[in-house]
Amino acid sequence: MSRPEGMRSSRHSLQVKFVPDEDVLKHITDDTGTKVRKEKAQLSVSVKRFVKKLENISDNEAQEILEEKNYVAALGICTQDAVGNGSNISGGEVYSFQTPKRSNKMAELASELAQTPEQNVSPDHSKCPEKMAKTPQNSKLSSSNRVQQTSKKKEFVSTTPYRLRKRLAAPDPYLESESEYSASCSEEEEDEEEQKEVSTIISDQKTPAKTKAASTPPHRNSLAKKRKAQKMGNLVEEYFEAHSSSKVLTSDRTLQKFRKRRLNQQTLYDLLKNAPLAYAAEIRDLNQQHESLFSKWMLQLHLGFNIVLYGLGSKRDLLEKFRTSLLQDSVHLVVNGYFPSITVRSILNSITEEVLDHIGTFRSPLDQLEFITKRFKEDSSLELYVLIHNLDSQMLRGERSQQILAQLSSLPSIYLIASIDHINAPLMWDQAKLSLYNWLWYETTTFSPYVEETSYENSLLVQQSGSLALSSLMHVLHSLTLNARGIFRLLAQHQLEKKDNPSYPGLSFQDFYQQCREAFLVNSDLTLRAQLTEFRDHKLIRTKRGADGVEYLLIPVDDSTLTDFLEKEDEDV
Amino acid sequence: MSTCSVSKGCFVFKPSTKKRRLSDKTGHDFRCPSNDSEDTQLRFVTCQSLWNQIKSETEQIQEDLNKQLLDNLVSFLSRSHSDFQEKTTEWTCRMKFREIPTAALVLGVNVTDHDLTFRGLSDVLQDNITPYVALLEAKDCPGIKNLMQKLMGQLMNCDIDVDSMDDEDCVQVSQNRIRCSMPSLISWYDSVTKKTDSETPSKKRNSSSRHWRSPPVVVIFKDMESFTTKVLQDFIVISSQHIHELPLVLIFGIATSPMIIHRLLPHSVSSLLCIELFQSLSCKEHLSTIIDKLLLTSRFPFKLGEKVLQVLINIFLYHDFSVQNFIKGFQLCIVEHFYSQPLSVLCCHLVDIKKRVYSLSHDQCENIRRLPSFRRYVEKQESGKQIELLTNDSFLKEETQKLLEDLHVYHENYVSILRCLHVFTSSLPKYPLGKQIRELHCACLENRVWETEEYESSLQLARMLNKTDLVTMLQQCVEILIASSGKEFDRAIEKLKEFLTQFQNLEAEASQERDVSVSPQKELQKKTDLYHLQKTLLELKESRRSKKLTKFEMLRFEVVDYIDSLVRRYLVPADNRTLHEIVYFNAAAVLRGHLNAAPRTALHTALNNPHWYLKNQALKCDGGGISNKAPDICIVYKLHLECGRLINLADWLEAFSTVVMAAEEPNADAASSDQVDDVIHARFIRAVSELELLGFIKPSKQKTDHVARLTWGGC
Repeated sequence: MSRPEGMRSSRHSLQVKFVPDEDVLKHITDDTGTKVRKEKAQLSVSVKRFVKKLENISDNEAQEILEEKNYVAALGICTQDAVGNGSNISGGEVYSFQTPKRSNKMAELASELAQTPEQNVSPDHSKCPEKMAKTPQNSKLSSSNRVQQTSKKKEFVSTTPYRLRKRLAAPDPYLESESEYSASCSEEEEDEEEQKEVSTIISDQKTPAKTKAASTPPHRNSLAKKRKAQKMGNLVEEYFEAHSSSKVLTSDRTLQKFRKRRLNQQTLYDLLKNAPLAYAAEIRDLNQQHESLFSKWMLQLHLGFNIVLYGLGSKRDLLEKFRTSLLQDSVHLVVNGYFPSITVRSILNSITEEVLDHIGTFRSPLDQLEFITKRFKEDSSLELYVLIHNLDSQMLRGERSQQILAQLSSLPSIYLIASIDHINAPLMWDQAKLSLYNWLWYETTTFSPYVEETSYENSLLVQQSGSLALSSLMHVLHSLTLNARGIFRLLAQHQLEKKDNPSYPGLSFQDFYQQCREAFLVNSDLTLRAQLTEFRDHKLIRTKRGADGVEYLLIPVDDSTLTDFLEKEDEDV
Repeated sequence: MSTCSVSKGCFVFKPSTKKRRLSDKTGHDFRCPSNDSEDTQLRFVTCQSLWNQIKSETEQIQEDLNKQLLDNLVSFLSRSHSDFQEKTTEWTCRMKFREIPTAALVLGVNVTDHDLTFRGLSDVLQDNITPYVALLEAKDCPGIKNLMQKLMGQLMNCDIDVDSMDDEDCVQVSQNRIRCSMPSLISWYDSVTKKTDSETPSKKRNSSSRHWRSPPVVVIFKDMESFTTKVLQDFIVISSQHIHELPLVLIFGIATSPMIIHRLLPHSVSSLLCIELFQSLSCKEHLSTIIDKLLLTSRFPFKLGEKVLQVLINIFLYHDFSVQNFIKGFQLCIVEHFYSQPLSVLCCHLVDIKKRVYSLSHDQCENIRRLPSFRRYVEKQESGKQIELLTNDSFLKEETQKLLEDLHVYHENYVSILRCLHVFTSSLPKYPLGKQIRELHCACLENRVWETEEYESSLQLARMLNKTDLVTMLQQCVEILIASSGKEFDRAIEKLKEFLTQFQNLEAEASQERDVSVSPQKELQKKTDLYHLQKTLLELKESRRSKKLTKFEMLRFEVVDYIDSLVRRYLVPADNRTLHEIVYFNAAAVLRGHLNAAPRTALHTALNNPHWYLKNQALKCDGGGISNKAPDICIVYKLHLECGRLINLADWLEAFSTVVMAAEEPNADAASSDQVDDVIHARFIRAVSELELLGFIKPSKQKTDHVARLTWGGC
């Protein structure tokens, strides 16, 4: 900035002349050297301020932790007995920020776990920041398997805002990203002059090594403070690192590598049934502990509380046992919340239709709820136990559903006992709903596998067998006329022929009509249309209009199912 | 019948009607597999009756607390449209301004408790003022149309209730509902009021006779803050146009502060309202009253321990401010106590104790002997009595009865002295022992209060009180002690009265003394010289320091010492009393687990430290790690913690199989095998889909065979 005036004026006169390399180097080193040094001095001031702030933060945090402890102690955690969950874990451990991860970390942990079966060495986390910081240094030389990491590093440096980068880079002497840093520094400074002096640009790339050497000394004096701030600095850094790149940093391997067929639901089920359940005895003990509470649950249900079960492991069997042992003599409703097409309406319907023997429909679930409320208030002898497995399932977790269920559960003669599994399940309920539900929480960690609960789930790893689709297809088709079946067959065959064409739009209506006519299946396009309407109503076909306005027909079933279907049809005929 | 199906999610089970009759209510008492004590039935009945008493008591308290508010509201409502009745000119002139009378009801943040208040309010209104009360909630009224629909539905339904319309009219009502507008509402109102006018001599008249000829229509907005501003504004503007035809009164339920009205409504709209503010009792005061009436009384035999009370109060203060939840927690305490403590059968009123003690079985006697407090008591007795207590059941029963009666007396005294002490501590600067009596109560229950620093400092401060304060406090204490049922306080009352008369005597003496003491003061006034003033002041100060204590100060010390002696005598923590387990509920952890659970922590513990639940040696490992023999889901979870936002399933599977293979056959060279066993694959699939169910991961389309991670804790 404070450059001699003469030098500046000489630059303004644009003249190209030969400058020897040494001269350029010399010029640059003492020119940018002083400049950067000055900049550094400023920087270190800002660093100090930053460090101070960090100290304040950590002080505050200590205070907060203390307060939290007080609060926790006041809540009576100290008197925790052995049966409860480990509430001695502080919230910070359970809820924390995203931290950067390396791609091979999982493999490392796995081999660690594998190698030390008896004694466990917890992975040394303190090492990783240094390791990470070193990677950029040898980035140019690193072999192909490290490319992943380095690209991550680079990504970080280039996407963080400049100001922030300055702050982050400065207090950490280990982080050797200095080259990028100073380069960008000079870039900003020399914005205006750059076009004029060509030679500086050429040499710019060489200088950083030296400027760094020149600029390091002022850093040393505040080393102690930096050390202190290091930890916090790393945390901040890690946070931004983890959030900076949108790039996926995992390996590109896929499950194809294992050359394995995807398991379908049935084989999966069989395999797991044969596999022994680990720690069966201990799990049984756990369950027995929970079962001893059954009578207490019953009592508390009758006193106006509702019961919610949480904890790892399927609680289905536990609730089933509760049902079979205590509820045999009373009216009860079991709701499988994990069932993919469960709705509040179906729950309400089964109450009105089956429990209350009411025939008729309702305009809205709220009306239905009103009706139920009225009936239960009128008839005090009516009692209903409602068991809901997975109250937090995809279908029931909506605000409206929960509101209705909460209102239902607040009726004095409806006793609700439910289970939740999702980690964020309690977020479904606000104060109003909680007071309606009137929950008593019971921790029932069972460690039993979620067999039923996950059986409906369209897991990524399970091959979609399509057996359900096939059977429904067959079912519908069997109720149709012979001609209709023929029409459908024609469409299916056509679709299978074109199955290799990924951009197959479907069969156009006109072509289809032509084919059907030729096969003596229809005699006018009106009959075909009537037929197609029927198919569409059963969701057997889908129509869409192409860009040219032509109607295309498609069967929304995957090819293998379609093949199976045609085979079955051939058998039948 | 199985409850697994691929086509159905709901299953109803109905037992045959004959069976249903068999299942009676008595099936739900304290029958517990662990203790087969015969007193369960009695315990259950005691528990129920106690709870019912407490419940009615709390309802009574609530009613009393709200009474003032409701009375004010009712008088406001009756005032608001009196003009409309009389059709005076004043009314018409007011009509020019089109102001709707409005009551802003500030209820506090504990929204869940408001329902109760509103229910009470609408009952009172329907009894006293008008049959036409509509309660509106924001969630039912997303638009002005829904609001009108809801409003008319409620008004016309309540009309049915009053005049007991038959079905034909119901049809009419539903038809009306289709066209909901202010004119139709007005025509309805006209017809209704006319009808009641014409029906006056008829038999149905008596039901509505307590209302006036044209009762106002009251619309209550339960949660004013949640209404959309547009709906509110529109409604107010529209109805203000018709106020001369329809005597409308609005009531706003406000949870925050009255300012919200002006924030929600622009001036042009709020000027259409004639707002009067009503403040309900704050929830903290409500809680204090509840604690005062339920806990600090000897009416109920059941008591809360220090920790338990602390948990309940903390849930109240830190989580919800809901008195209803506090009462619910109290109920749970009662149930838990009577359920888990077999000796709670003795937790009854004084009159029943004798009978119950004598009908105790041998097992129950053993239970008494097992109580820690009782064992401490036995140890203090002489050897002969010890043997008697431990072997002779009837002797034990006698002793138990005596001890329980002692305990009862202790409570009575405790409460009175606690109140006296509170009179003193609540007026000290900075409140070293807390402002509220509940804080003092907790402090006294926790440990010997006189050993705490806070007590020391509050005594110090009490020794500096001025005379008027001291006298009023002493008078209050005397009142408290006289009101209390304890018999031991005669002496204390006498003593305190003595103090009071001494203070009065002091006053008389002081007035005599004043003449003497005035002289230096007068001198002081005469002198205007700064130097001399300073000098005399210094002299005065000097003399004061050297002077020995005045009579008043001596007396003050005496009073404080006497209070201190009372505290030391009567405010012994309950834990030190023999047989306190019978009446005190102390299982704070259980209570906290049921009311203030931490599901995520439980999951975290189960996944990170399965040994906590599964007591198997193979799972035990120290240093926060996890054994490779842990359940599949724990291993999968632990591995996923090492990943970033996306997780490669192939890598994950491989890592998992490495761990599992190593756990199964530690010596095999697992790392090299590329092929994964089918069973392990299946186990992996199960574990991953379980994690998905628990919400730790979700499928991602960003990259093939990848899942996205959803949580960042636990590493």
